[in-house]
Amino acid sequence: MNHGLFVALLATGILYGTPLVIAGLGELLAERSGVLNLGVEGMMLMGAVTAFWVARGVAGPSILVLPLAIVLAGVVAAATATIHAFLTITLRTNQIVSGLALTIFAGASGLSSYIATVAGLGGSPATHTLRAINVFGLKNVPVLGPLLFDENALVYVSWLMVVGVSLYINRTRPGLHLRAVGEDPHAADSMGISVTRVRYAHTIAGGAFAGIGGAFYTLAISPEWSDGITNGAGWIAIALVIFAFWRPTGVLAGAYLFGVVTSLGSNLEARGVQLPSELFTALPYLLTMIVLVVVSSGLGKRRLGAPAGLGIPYARDGG
Amino acid sequence: MTATLQPPVRRRAAQAVPVRLERRLDQPGRIHSALLPVGSLLLAMVLVGVLLGIAGHDPFAALSQVVSAAVTGQGSISATLTSATPLLFTGLAAAVAFRMRIWNIGGEGQLYIGAICAAGVGIATGASGLAVALPLMLIAAALGGALWAAIPALLRAFLNTNEILTSLMLNYVAGLLLGYLILDSTSYWRDMSGPTALVYPQGKSLASAAFWPGFTGGGLIIPLGLVFGVALAVLVFVMIRHTWFGYQLRVTADNAQAGRYAGMASRRNLVAVMMLSGALAALGGASQVGDFSHLLDPSGLQQPQYGYTGIVVAALARYNPLAVVLSALFLGAITNAGLNLQSATFPQSLTGVIEGIILFCVLGGEVLSRYRFVWGRR
Repeated sequence: MNHGLFVALLATGILYGTPLVIAGLGELLAERSGVLNLGVEGMMLMGAVTAFWVARGVAGPSILVLPLAIVLAGVVAAATATIHAFLTITLRTNQIVSGLALTIFAGASGLSSYIATVAGLGGSPATHTLRAINVFGLKNVPVLGPLLFDENALVYVSWLMVVGVSLYINRTRPGLHLRAVGEDPHAADSMGISVTRVRYAHTIAGGAFAGIGGAFYTLAISPEWSDGITNGAGWIAIALVIFAFWRPTGVLAGAYLFGVVTSLGSNLEARGVQLPSELFTALPYLLTMIVLVVVSSGLGKRRLGAPAGLGIPYARDGG
Repeated sequence: MTATLQPPVRRRAAQAVPVRLERRLDQPGRIHSALLPVGSLLLAMVLVGVLLGIAGHDPFAALSQVVSAAVTGQGSISATLTSATPLLFTGLAAAVAFRMRIWNIGGEGQLYIGAICAAGVGIATGASGLAVALPLMLIAAALGGALWAAIPALLRAFLNTNEILTSLMLNYVAGLLLGYLILDSTSYWRDMSGPTALVYPQGKSLASAAFWPGFTGGGLIIPLGLVFGVALAVLVFVMIRHTWFGYQLRVTADNAQAGRYAGMASRRNLVAVMMLSGALAALGGASQVGDFSHLLDPSGLQQPQYGYTGIVVAALARYNPLAVVLSALFLGAITNAGLNLQSATFPQSLTGVIEGIILFCVLGGEVLSRYRFVWGRR
C-alpha cells in the first residue's frame, strides 16, 4: 500500500476523529447514568460557536485565549445539557423527544446560528487556532512521528480523557455509583445513592464534553464559521457509543475509523481519484448505518454493555 | 464518603422541597387536554421574549413583525399557508410514527426523496396534462418516500437496529443525493438547455400544464397540497381511531406485551407505520415541486428544515392528526416569518430557537397531564 497515503489518511483520521472521541465520551457518561441525550449535535454546535466567538474576539496570547475558549465552550454546552437534564430527570419527560428538542433548539438553524448572526461571526477567520506541537522533537520519525508527536494540544487532551474516563468508570467509587444508577436505579437508590444527583452530574458533564468536541471544529478543523459546522458529527458520536459497547477505548477506536472515512474523499481527490464528492461525503453516514446494523444484529442481541436503565425515567414510587 | 453516612443528609434535603410529582390515576379531561398546549405556547412565547431581550432586541417589535409577516400584512396569510403546507405533511408523518412510539426522524430525507420522485415523473409526463401528471407525481412520491423509510423500518424490525440513528443518517444521504442531481451531475433533473446552465445549475422545470392549481378567492391563495394535507389528516385520524389496523397500532404502542399476547404482528405493523410516515413526508416533497417550485430546488428544500420542524408540529398537536392541521398553521406562520423577514430582529435562525423552546414547553406541560404536584411531605 502507498505509504504516504496511509500516513496521510491516519493523520487526517485523527484530526476528524478527535471531536468524535470527546463528544462520544460525553455521551457515554450520560448514557452510563441512564440518560440518552440526542442533543449532542446541538451541544457541539453551542460549543463550536462559543469557542469561535472567544478565539475571534478576545485579544491576548493564544496560550491564554485558547484554553479560555475551550473552557467556555464546555460551560455553555453544559448549560445547554442542563435543560435536557431538568426535563428528563426532574420532569421525567421522554428522553428521545427532549433530546431532539435540544438539537432543534441549539442546532444548525437554532441558537448556535442565531448567536453567530447576532455576534456577526460570519466571513472572517479566527485569530487564534490550535497548532500542532512537535513533542520531544520527534515529529520527523517515520510513520509514528506525524501521528503521535505532531498533534495539537486538544488531541493529547483527548487521549488523557479516554484514559481518565475509563479509570473513572471502572476504578473509582463515583464511577461505581454511576454504573449502579445506569444498570438498576432502584437498587442504587435503596443503597443510598442519589439517582437524581448522579444523572444530573453526568448529563451535564456529557454536555461539557460535547461542547469541547464542538470547539475542536472551530479551533482546529475549520478556521471560519459556518452554520451547522459539525455536519452531523453529534449523531455519529451517539452511534459510536453503541458501536463501542459503552466502553471508552471503543469510542477512541471507532472515532478514528470514522475520521479516516470522513477524510477519505479529500485524500483520494488530492491524489487524482475522480468520483462524485457527494459519494465521499455520504460515506460516514452510510458507514454509521452499516456499523449499527452489524452491532445490533449479531452481537447486540446480548445487549453487550448497554446500561439496563438507559432511556427509562426514574421515579422512586415506580411512576 | 460511605453509603451509610448518607441517609440523614438526604432526608434534610427532601424536607427543603415540599413539592413532589405524583402519578395521576384519572385521565385528564378534554378541556385540560386542550388547554395544555395553549398554556405551553404562552410560556414559550414569554421565554422567547426574554431571549430577544437578552440579545438586545425589543420583543414586542419582533412580535408585531411576526404578526405582520404572518397574518395582517399584504398577502401574508397566503404566505403562511405556503409555509404551513409542507409542515402539514411532515407533521402528520411525525405524528403517526411518534404516536406509535416509532421514532422516525427521517421526515427531512423522505421529503427530499418525494420531491425527487415527483419532479422526475412530473418532468416526464407534464406535457400530457394535469390529469395524467398529478396522480403519477403523487404515486411516485408516496412510493419513493415509503421505500426510503422502509430501510430503517426493516432494519429495526428484523435486525433490531436503532431507527432513530438510521433514519437520521439517511437524511444526510438524501440531502447529498439532491445536491448531486442538480449541482454536480448532468442528471435528468437538471436543466442543461440555457447558456448559463453550467455556471448556475438549476433544476429542469415541469411543463406548465402540470403545475398544481391553487384555489384563489378573497385575496387568498390556497395551495392544492394544503387541501390534500387536510384530507390526509382526516383519513389518518379515522384510520387510527376507527379501524382494526389503527386499534392494533394503539394497543402495540401503549402495551407491546398485550399486543403480542393478542397475536398482533408487531413487526409488520412497525414497518407499515414507518412506510406510511415516509409516504406522508414524501407527499410534502411532491407538493413542494407541484405547488410551488415546479422544479427540483436543493436549497429551497433544505434550508427551511421542514422535516425537523414536523416533529415540533406533531408534538405541539400531541400526535393527534386533526390537531396537526392547527399546529402546522401556527408553525407555518413562524417559519414564514423566518423566511421572509430575514431582519436583524428576526433572522431565520430564530425559528429554530423558537421551535426548540416550544418543544421544551410542550414536553414540560405534558408532565401536568400525567402527574399532579403534591404539596407537603410524604
